[in-house]
Amino acid sequence: MEWIVASSVAAMTAAGIYLVLSLRTFTVVIGLTLLTYATNLFLFTTGRLAVNKPDIITSLDAPHSDPIPQALVLTAIVISFAMTAIILVMAVRGYFESGGDHVDLLGPEEVVARERQ
Amino acid sequence: MNHWLIMPILFPAVVAPLLALAVRKDILLARVFSVGSTVCLLLLGLLLMGMASDGTTRTYSLGNWPSPYGIVLVLDRLTAIMLVLTAVLGLCVLLYSINGCDRRGEHFHPLFQFQLMGLNGAFLTGDLFNLFVFFEILLIASYGLMVHGGGPARMRAGIQYVVINLVGSSIFLLALGLIYGVTGTLNMADLAEKVPQIPKGDEALLYTGAVMLLVVFGLKSAIVPFQFWLPGTYANAAGPVAALFSIMTKVGAYSIIRVFTLMFGESAGTGAWFATSWLMPAAAITMVLGMIGVVAARSLGQQASFAALGSMGTLLIAIAGFTAATESAALYYLIHSTLGIAAMFLLIDAVVIRRPGFGDELSAAPKIKHVGLIGSMFFLAVIAVIGMPPLSGFVGKLLILDAVKPLYGWGVIWALILSTSLLGLIGFASSGSILFWKSGECDGELTPTGPTPIALPMVAIGSLLVLLIFLTGAAGPVTAYLDATAAQLFEPHQYIEAVLRPVGAVTK
Repeated sequence: MEWIVASSVAAMTAAGIYLVLSLRTFTVVIGLTLLTYATNLFLFTTGRLAVNKPDIITSLDAPHSDPIPQALVLTAIVISFAMTAIILVMAVRGYFESGGDHVDLLGPEEVVARERQ
Repeated sequence: MNHWLIMPILFPAVVAPLLALAVRKDILLARVFSVGSTVCLLLLGLLLMGMASDGTTRTYSLGNWPSPYGIVLVLDRLTAIMLVLTAVLGLCVLLYSINGCDRRGEHFHPLFQFQLMGLNGAFLTGDLFNLFVFFEILLIASYGLMVHGGGPARMRAGIQYVVINLVGSSIFLLALGLIYGVTGTLNMADLAEKVPQIPKGDEALLYTGAVMLLVVFGLKSAIVPFQFWLPGTYANAAGPVAALFSIMTKVGAYSIIRVFTLMFGESAGTGAWFATSWLMPAAAITMVLGMIGVVAARSLGQQASFAALGSMGTLLIAIAGFTAATESAALYYLIHSTLGIAAMFLLIDAVVIRRPGFGDELSAAPKIKHVGLIGSMFFLAVIAVIGMPPLSGFVGKLLILDAVKPLYGWGVIWALILSTSLLGLIGFASSGSILFWKSGECDGELTPTGPTPIALPMVAIGSLLVLLIFLTGAAGPVTAYLDATAAQLFEPHQYIEAVLRPVGAVTK
């Protein structure tokens, strides 16, 4: 299980970083989403990986999972959701202001001119 | 338990939704509420500063959960200074923005209050995850303020600003995950106790987390190599917003001071003061880069942004020293630089609205309205920002030079600080003479397109300048207070005891 979790965090982080570095706002937003997924999954695993263990502690002797990372992840998910909404709104507004979805908000003609160079 | 501690967070948190929901149509009422709330925050800040000045660390457990399990707010001298500074800056910027800038877009006043709430929360909290949450609150408000007024250039800079900060938030969470994974706590005082006891095998993970924290705080304080966002953001934001943002970089600086003196200070064992070796060179490069930018800039907004970058470099050099003397000098410079840079951005806005067709570009243009008053204020602000005698920038740099003397490589630091000050002087002398001096050679006078109120904006900028003069005149008492603050930072056991084992708490 460790191997699956670790490699999926790694894959999502790598894909996220790659997409954040791209030129179009839409792919940047997708990249940021992937990056936050990776972060949330990573945060979740900081309470150690365990299956079928209760997170409400009834007795300290019985096996239990750490509830705090789950609370942290919940907060992180809510915040990243709001942030994704904001960046989407700004990207759409930028699209309407410039007519293109380039991160430098160039118009379509300027993008074509730059790609020709 | 002292309930005053939560008021600087609670108060704007109540006022902001009220502004957004109840009085969104009535700009006059919104201004009254917004100014009233900021004045109250200033009074609260002064009250808390009075409480903190007796040297005890006060705590407030939210929901009365005992720490380290619950979230705790902590008030010591450093927090009190930052709260007062935020309120003073907020009030001056708000008074300035009433010149009509707050009507150029929607919801300026609610966003402003949310921003103050986030700032106050970040300064008060004693929990790392809670620090992350307050960072997000102040950032989400700053995203709104950043694009206030709209326009493609501002939108572009805004999108880049949001993207870089979202990446920063992810790194912050990863760092918190690493630290929680090996220590099992995120309470700062508890961490300060757990860090020295960390098993050898977990040290690498812990310090990876700590360096990632340094990266995030460095990103917020725009240190090389994370400085790219700052010039674009500050130069493209509306004047008052850029002025308010002059405290945003200081949040990063504050977090570096707090976390790295408390958790990775003297008691941390093998990793004691490890931040110095990372921070010092980066801060020096930031300072040099910023001041070269001041000379190279082609518009006034860019020039002030690079001056802000350079002053962050100077500030972080002092912080990176991590001795009581350097922290005290750093705090003096922090107060000075926040007020000075803010005054400069407000003045630039005052120039821009009076130069239709020319904006803030550095080219000769006919005289602007009120050129004498604005010109002389600009002169004062520049003297303060670049650190020429007799204003507080000079005192601040002198304190820093004196404080770094016992450090290794102090000669290099001296040479860099002094030569970059010269660069700043050259840059601003040339821009000032183009803007104000050469305008005499052009015929006529520029007539602004919109209204240019003079009374309130000049009171706002004037009070910032008067505060700088006060900071110079009262340098003795101020540095005495800051010395006490730095001494408190270097006695972390007092903070730890106050948070984890408060006097009078019920223990089972």
